[in-house]
Amino acid sequence: MVILMSTPNPRISLLPIENYERLKRREESDLKAIWNLLDVVKDPEIPPLSIWDLGVLQDITQTQAEIRVTITPTYSGCPAMQVISEDITTVLNQAGCGNVKVAIRLAPAWTTDWLSESARERLRQYGVAPPQDEAPIFCPICSATEIRLISEFGSTPCKALYQCKSCQEPFDYFKPI
Amino acid sequence: MSINQLQLKTFVLRLADDALVIAHRLSEWSSHGPSLEEDLALTNVALDYMGRARMFYGYAAEIAADGSTEDTYAYDRDCRDFTNLLIHELPRGDFAFTMARQYLVDEFNRAYMDLLQQSTDPTLAAIATKANKEGLYHLRRSSKWLLRLGDGTEESHNRLQQAVNDIWGYTTELFEMDDLDQAAFEAGIGVNATDLKAEWMRRVTATLAQATISIPPRDWSVTGGRQGIHTEALGHMLSEMQFLQRAYPGQQW
Repeated sequence: MVILMSTPNPRISLLPIENYERLKRREESDLKAIWNLLDVVKDPEIPPLSIWDLGVLQDITQTQAEIRVTITPTYSGCPAMQVISEDITTVLNQAGCGNVKVAIRLAPAWTTDWLSESARERLRQYGVAPPQDEAPIFCPICSATEIRLISEFGSTPCKALYQCKSCQEPFDYFKPI
Repeated sequence: MSINQLQLKTFVLRLADDALVIAHRLSEWSSHGPSLEEDLALTNVALDYMGRARMFYGYAAEIAADGSTEDTYAYDRDCRDFTNLLIHELPRGDFAFTMARQYLVDEFNRAYMDLLQQSTDPTLAAIATKANKEGLYHLRRSSKWLLRLGDGTEESHNRLQQAVNDIWGYTTELFEMDDLDQAAFEAGIGVNATDLKAEWMRRVTATLAQATISIPPRDWSVTGGRQGIHTEALGHMLSEMQFLQRAYPGQQW
């Protein structure tokens, strides 16, 4: 379990059990090549994050008839899920996997707790403030914490709209859920 | 106690209809919002409800196993087949009306979905868990708007008070239980909505008081949605929502 052996980090000890199990499924899978292939499938609305980074990609299994990719939706009505399902099928078809089935699993419900530290940092670099549970929300451009809420909902269901009082830039905030 | 598959499907369709009808009412604000941010917010909430409707309809179709799909439920049924609670179908009105309705429904849904997470039916429990997480954001937003509108200008206050007066009689139905609701509750699948009333009333009273809005007397109420008896508003809504499928059956994007 290489994943759990990294440098001490408060987030690691709080690793949610569902995410631990997800990491383990990938780590112990016989289909590693397919997991790796799917790292190129990004969230169409947040291209720096892959569906693996997001916690949307849950499991990959293979029977004689098909390869089954299980994903968990972020928000119930998120239109990106349709695009993601199509992208998964396309990527695997192009790699020579013929019969691909994308299954949607609702439980356990998706949570931003599954985003890794590196995913959070990439979000910030992309200009989206990463989700915060207790720490203050900060501006992804100048890191100031003096901010104001413009709207609880932003350009997609997963984001809220804020403005930085220091550099004045409006920015998206990835809501913790 | 248990319920049969037909009862379960009927129960799930009720929850699906509630979600679809309010999603449509919210989506009517698309490009008509008072500001760009509000336009986005209203349609994002609509999207959450639409997603919830799709999950419920999808599950109902799975139970029915008769060729029904989420689309046939949404587009091929007539007014009397819809079993949503009436509050969801009321025309969107002005912004104060939309937010007042949303707040009252959000308070109810948060409590309802919170309990439905404990359903012995794993699919309903899973949908409720997603709905509950999203519902917290809906509620936070709608309750803030109530404070701003109620405690805002004389105009916004009067409009909000009028909206609450006009909606109030439709809130009674939220807490009614018919035989099917009761059977679903006793089977561990559904929720006892009547039990939610006291806490709902307490929370709503507190928010409205803070918003300087008075609680209307409970001297009228309208019910019938669960039996398919609707206000005239639903037919008008369906005629627009279902037009394309009615005119060109089976048409796809």
